[in-house]
Amino acid sequence: MTMDKRVIPIEPAGGSGKSAAFEYISTRKDELVGWARKFSIFPYPFVTACCAMEFMSVSSTPYDTDRFGAALPRFSPRQSDLLMVVGTVTHKQAPILLKVYEQMCEPKWVMAFGVCATSGGFYQNYAAVPGIDRIVPVDIYIPGCPPRPEMVIDGIMKLQEQIAREKHPILTKDF
Amino acid sequence: MGAEVFDRIQSRLADGEEEGQSTPGQARVPAGVSHGILVLDLAPGAVAGAARALKQEFGFDVFLDVTAVDWPGQEPRFEVVWHFYSTAHKVRVRLKARVAEASPAVPSLTALYGSAAFMERECHDMYGIVFEGNADMRPILLYEGFVGHPLRKDYPKEREQPLVPYREGFEERG
Ligand code: SF4
Repeated sequence: MTMDKRVIPIEPAGGSGKSAAFEYISTRKDELVGWARKFSIFPYPFVTACCAMEFMSVSSTPYDTDRFGAALPRFSPRQSDLLMVVGTVTHKQAPILLKVYEQMCEPKWVMAFGVCATSGGFYQNYAAVPGIDRIVPVDIYIPGCPPRPEMVIDGIMKLQEQIAREKHPILTKDF
Repeated sequence: MGAEVFDRIQSRLADGEEEGQSTPGQARVPAGVSHGILVLDLAPGAVAGAARALKQEFGFDVFLDVTAVDWPGQEPRFEVVWHFYSTAHKVRVRLKARVAEASPAVPSLTALYGSAAFMERECHDMYGIVFEGNADMRPILLYEGFVGHPLRKDYPKEREQPLVPYREGFEERG
């Protein structure tokens, strides 16, 4: 059974190009939604290895990621916006990572936390995936083995800037 | 400490009379004591009998590990290594047996030690040693479809066998 895709005109009817008023409203809307979204990053910690120690440190009181709205880990991928891949991912585990990523709702972002997730780090062997970007698209890479909490916070702030700059379509192409 | 039981084990196992060992003299001269561990160099056919004697006569009740060593260029190429511990005597014994690349088979010790089952599977994953008598030789650390044995010295270290196809723009090595 196939359903026809609903086509909802985003542009005002009648006009061939975007009117100035529409563009103004839509830009302000992106700014507003981006501002809201960048302060409500709910992370899903996909924690596999020793970087977990640093993740615990960064999410505890002294560093307080709640300042960025990113303190509340969701342990269901369906409720989260940011997939934090913390630690080494092996080829055997890659299908799980992909499944978790695919379960997340749009909009979603991915952070590679530590050199293992970024590039495989010093592992070059039969087991380790040399960078999770081979499996899922990554928005922000944080080097370090493990990264200092300051680096993670810098990464979160850079991601916030990116989210604020992004377009936030109310209707996506798949709608 | 332990020297007395080591002497008894050596005189018991070095005379080559335990069952399952057909050719006399297969059990080579014990290599002696290394770092407080008694090391016995055996023929593959003598391992099961030696392990049974260790467990039933000398009280070696803990199966610590089984692994292998790859000696490229040597014949026989692989050395299978077992470690046992006795909670009564508080000493360890190491058994070694050399097997050839063409038929890397040794007897399984699962009948004596249940804990050997998983370790034998791991050794099979990593070195391709076949443990005759272990009914479950499925991959335990590797995955179905993995080709080769990664801890053999001739396995290329950069070879990748991904389970998930890489995204566009990324190439598999190896
Ligand atoms: S980057 Fe370093 S600390 Fe982090 S998972 Fe890899 S080895 Fe462990």
